[in-house]
Amino acid sequence: MKIKYFFLSVLVAATFTVVGGNAQAAQAPIKQVKSAKGKVSGANVFNRLLKKEKQRNAPPPEDGIHDPANDGTHVLQPPLIAYDGLPKTEFGNYVDWVKALNDGLLKPRYDRFDPTVEPLVMDLDIVREVKASMPDVVFPHKPHTQWLHCSNCHPKIFIPQRKANVINMSAILLGQKCGVCHGKVSFPITTKSCTKCHSKPKPADWKPPKSEASLKNPWR
Amino acid sequence: MFKSALIGLLSMLAVLVLPQAAQAEYADVVINNYADAAGMRPAVFPHWYHRIRFRCKVCHADLGFKFKAGGNKITMAKIIDGKFCGACHNGEISWSVENCGMCHSGIPGTPTQIHGSTVQRLVAPTYKSLSKPKPAK
Ligand code: HEC
Ligand code: HEC
Ligand code: HEC
Ligand code: HEC
Ligand code: HEC
Ligand code: HEC
Repeated sequence: MKIKYFFLSVLVAATFTVVGGNAQAAQAPIKQVKSAKGKVSGANVFNRLLKKEKQRNAPPPEDGIHDPANDGTHVLQPPLIAYDGLPKTEFGNYVDWVKALNDGLLKPRYDRFDPTVEPLVMDLDIVREVKASMPDVVFPHKPHTQWLHCSNCHPKIFIPQRKANVINMSAILLGQKCGVCHGKVSFPITTKSCTKCHSKPKPADWKPPKSEASLKNPWR
Repeated sequence: MFKSALIGLLSMLAVLVLPQAAQAEYADVVINNYADAAGMRPAVFPHWYHRIRFRCKVCHADLGFKFKAGGNKITMAKIIDGKFCGACHNGEISWSVENCGMCHSGIPGTPTQIHGSTVQRLVAPTYKSLSKPKPAK
């Protein structure tokens, strides 16, 4: 009997979370589906590892890092109010910062004091051929130099010379090379953002190179 | 019976009230090298708010902020000396340091970290394997 009441109220709690937490959410949270009869072990839930955001661009008092008991927290601006009218994306802040800047919707200062100083923009694309089946990577200097200074990347992160740098996905995912910024402040690495970097299609006759183990396989 | 209903009700409240760090805005930095130890809430730096007003270059080239959460060893003495946050939060470019609660707004005990990062969202934690001591040569 007691147990029944407990579960009933937990169920109510769950419903509330789904309804309440979802007011602004773009996607419904994944429900953990258990076997209807409850005979299968609770370990076999449907999504064991999928992480999804319940709410995009949560206001500071609800975001899990700001303390709602602090008065200042309630004075801070909720991101969604600031993002109103900016072009959207499917990742990061869910804002397309490059487009917002190019469309003149934002005018962040390049100099701390003087709003009229223009950035030193360099329009040089660097193509990096990718060994794998992914489209080749185009590194555009333009959007980078609109935000950053040459010294932010050269020479500490990248030697300013084509092909002088070894870059691969594992390093990027661990926060090195492009991953110093991408995945932390500039747009992150997710399934939906791969083609932002991998933007140059492979030639039509391109085939993935066969691995040694496959070429020397005695069983084929 | 009443007791278990109450526990359930509390758990409902907890679910609603206790926020989840997974919702923090992308690129918000919690800085907590010293704040907790000094009895202050950790500082929270919102990248999104600042990048609307300043390019990365202003902070990361001109003001010398290193690309590492907690890596700049910021203290109040440096801030009132006009360094780091104090280069702007001085009553001229932005509101000044006496607004403690505006910066020190983090939940006590939150570690220094950049939020919403790709590494943080991976299914298997990689920060740990990265910080393992390297074998001596
Ligand atoms: C390049 C100048 C600059 C630097 C450096 C800087 N800020 Fe700011 N900050 C600003 C400006 C400008 C505002 C907006 C002030 C206003 O709204 O009147 C602001 C606003 C804020 C806000 C309020 C955001 C809101 O929701 O209203 C917080 C919190 C903040 N800064 C924290 C920090 C912290 C912490 C640091 C240091 C780690 C820092 N800032 C460094 C310029 C700066
Ligand atoms: C976001 C980081 C970043 C910034 C900022 C940046 N670069 Fe680069 N730069 C790169 C990368 C990546 C490469 C390619 C290196 C490679 O292919 O190994 C490169 C290559 C170069 C090269 C070599 C080109 C060639 O043909 O060999 C030069 C020269 C260069 N950058 C100059 C600059 C200058 C000048 C600025 C400032 C106006 C600047 N970079 C800003 C990342 C950056
Ligand atoms: C020092 C920081 C930094 C590094 C390192 C860096 N980027 Fe970026 N990148 C940015 C910023 C800032 C933007 C602006 C857009 C944003 O913030 O999401 C940007 C934008 C881009 C864009 C433009 C996206 C668009 O919408 O047009 C591409 C493509 C890109 N980066 C690829 C790369 C690649 C490839 C590398 C590594 C070779 C790299 N970046 C390294 C900071 C960086
Ligand atoms: C910030 C830019 C960026 C994003 C986003 C990105 N990549 Fe990459 N990727 C690179 C660069 C740079 C290389 C190295 C190219 C080279 O060999 O010079 C690379 C290489 C690769 C390779 C070849 C293997 C290797 O590690 O060198 C694969 C496969 C790959 N990426 C897959 C992906 C997938 C899948 C995604 C989306 C989840 C993705 N990439 C997102 C920049 C990016
Ligand atoms: C502009 C943002 C900002 C404001 C305003 C601010 N602080 Fe800080 N404060 C910081 C940052 C960033 C740190 C570094 C946090 C850390 O690493 O733990 C810090 C650190 C501290 C520390 C621990 C390190 C030290 O210096 O001993 C104390 C104590 C502190 N602040 C108190 C205050 C008090 C009291 C006020 C109001 C008079 C205040 N702060 C206002 C940003 C701010
Ligand atoms: C108003 C100042 C300011 C601006 C503008 C700014 N940042 Fe930052 N950035 C910071 C501060 C403060 C930190 C945290 C440093 C610390 O904890 O010591 C930081 C940290 C970082 C980190 C390190 C994250 C980590 O955990 O390793 C990266 C990467 C970064 N910023 C990239 C950028 C990029 C890209 C831009 C432009 C789109 C940008 N920042 C704009 C102040 C700024």
